[in-house]
Amino acid sequence: MAWAVQKNSAKTEYGMAKHIVYMASIGKGVTKRLAMAGGCIASSADGRSACGSAASEDDLPTEVWNKIKDHPCYSEDAHHYFARMHVAVAPACNIQCHYCNRKYDCSNESRPGVVSEKLTPEEALKKVLAVAAEVPQLSVLGIAGPGDALAEANAEKTFRTLELVSQVLPHLKLCLSTNGLALPDYVDRIADFHIDHVTITINTIDPEIGAKIYPWIFYDHKRLEGIEAARILHKRQMEGLSALTAKGILVKVNSVLIPGVNDEHLVEVNREIRARGAFLHNVMPLISDPAHGTHYGLTGQRGPTPAELKAVQDRLGEGAKLMRHCRQCRADAVGLLGQDRGAEFTLDKLKTTPVFDPAKREAYLEVVKSERADRQAAKKEAEAALNVTPPEKPALVAVATKGGGRINLHFGHAAEFQVYEVDSRGARFVGHRRVDAYCQGGQGDDNAIDGTLKALLGVSALFCAKIGGKPKRLLADCDIEANDSYAFDYIEASIIAWYLARRHQPAAQTA
Amino acid sequence: MAYKIKAEQCTGCGACEFECPNKAIKQKGDVYAINPDKCTECAGFFDKPQCAATCPVPKTCVPAF
Repeated sequence: MAWAVQKNSAKTEYGMAKHIVYMASIGKGVTKRLAMAGGCIASSADGRSACGSAASEDDLPTEVWNKIKDHPCYSEDAHHYFARMHVAVAPACNIQCHYCNRKYDCSNESRPGVVSEKLTPEEALKKVLAVAAEVPQLSVLGIAGPGDALAEANAEKTFRTLELVSQVLPHLKLCLSTNGLALPDYVDRIADFHIDHVTITINTIDPEIGAKIYPWIFYDHKRLEGIEAARILHKRQMEGLSALTAKGILVKVNSVLIPGVNDEHLVEVNREIRARGAFLHNVMPLISDPAHGTHYGLTGQRGPTPAELKAVQDRLGEGAKLMRHCRQCRADAVGLLGQDRGAEFTLDKLKTTPVFDPAKREAYLEVVKSERADRQAAKKEAEAALNVTPPEKPALVAVATKGGGRINLHFGHAAEFQVYEVDSRGARFVGHRRVDAYCQGGQGDDNAIDGTLKALLGVSALFCAKIGGKPKRLLADCDIEANDSYAFDYIEASIIAWYLARRHQPAAQTA
Repeated sequence: MAYKIKAEQCTGCGACEFECPNKAIKQKGDVYAINPDKCTECAGFFDKPQCAATCPVPKTCVPAF
């Protein structure tokens, strides 16, 4: 096994060398930021965001894969390499959901519906240009609220923004997300604007359940409540979904998992939306906290545990391409999934007109192409060794990463860990766990470690670029092996190598 | 006969501005305000005042008197 690991490390050094050459070539600004990205400054900022599928090239039709392969929200693979941004040009909403409160804003708060500043289409264009100039990974522009992108008060601003941006940055993929109430009225325009990804939030197909989630809708100049409101919303969602897929537009469906309300029901939702052509089903946990002022938060409706969420996702596993890398980001999030650089690009910081340099992006795309191929090859090679071993219960491994598909983040700087499941069939991404970074201004935070240990429940090992002696011991006390011997290697290949080594030394490594 | 918006509760989303048939609602700073001279409480257009029907915050668009 030592042989396999060593070979992989040699490859990785080559990959890193290419990465460094690339960073040197695209200018000091980016190099400096990338170098800082693992530091306490970056991790103390709002380091949360990202959505997507574990689907890979082998699982999807070529035309679908080509549409999503660089889309961080739709492809788990792409979320290691590409960034997205949301512009908050759509503040109004035409329905009320019990899990949403758009009045609340805090820069440390990361969840849908939350933004720090609302933008006009012209301001949004300026912001997109600034981000494109600074972040060569940017591949997607989405409009996700904070209200509904297609609510009547917002629709013109939404389409105007997409029009302005697509004129200047035609390479960006355009997305929008909606609750579906107004969707049937805009399907033709969505197609005309070459928006090839739409997300519809569908929490139920049963109006009785809907009445427990949506207190009201505003439709046809009337505020409607109860089952009648839920029935109309459901009808419009299904109509819009079918019309979009008939036009060949990729539709992802988001469902908020609300324990005791729609958890059992999501299997039926999955069946229905698949029948209507949705290509992904993203089941997200309810975020519920009294401090957010939402109805669910104030009435004590709890969100699901990571295990409950995974159980539902596993049940839908064969029926839908699930998106376990979704981080439920803010409606003004910027950056790679798992980080939010929105605060760097607020309007008051955009004094000059930024210049987007297509050459930088081309250079980045070239690097990504070879890195991806390299990482896949390392994964396949590691998997080949697995085929001979008999199956056993999968183990969970948490990984500290700041992108690129590598184990490249210090334990103390991680604001989240990506969780992989590994068994004799291979290593698969299954989700992420948010934590408070352990390292606060150079000091270990003993309060944070308790939350981290709780978040890592059920995990057998934690892989990171480096970890201090104290947190390592605390993790060991909880039967979690902290491991920094795979620092800067590819995630999947390292996990498989670890898994194989562990199988061969059961006495020394039982967790 | 006019409605008003309680500024301290307004989220500034703008839904009311779009729905108002009298164009009586305009943005003032971060929030929206109703011009009482133009507001008819939607008489002649709709059964109920549209600002109150579309506003996401309860009891924010209310009778001015």
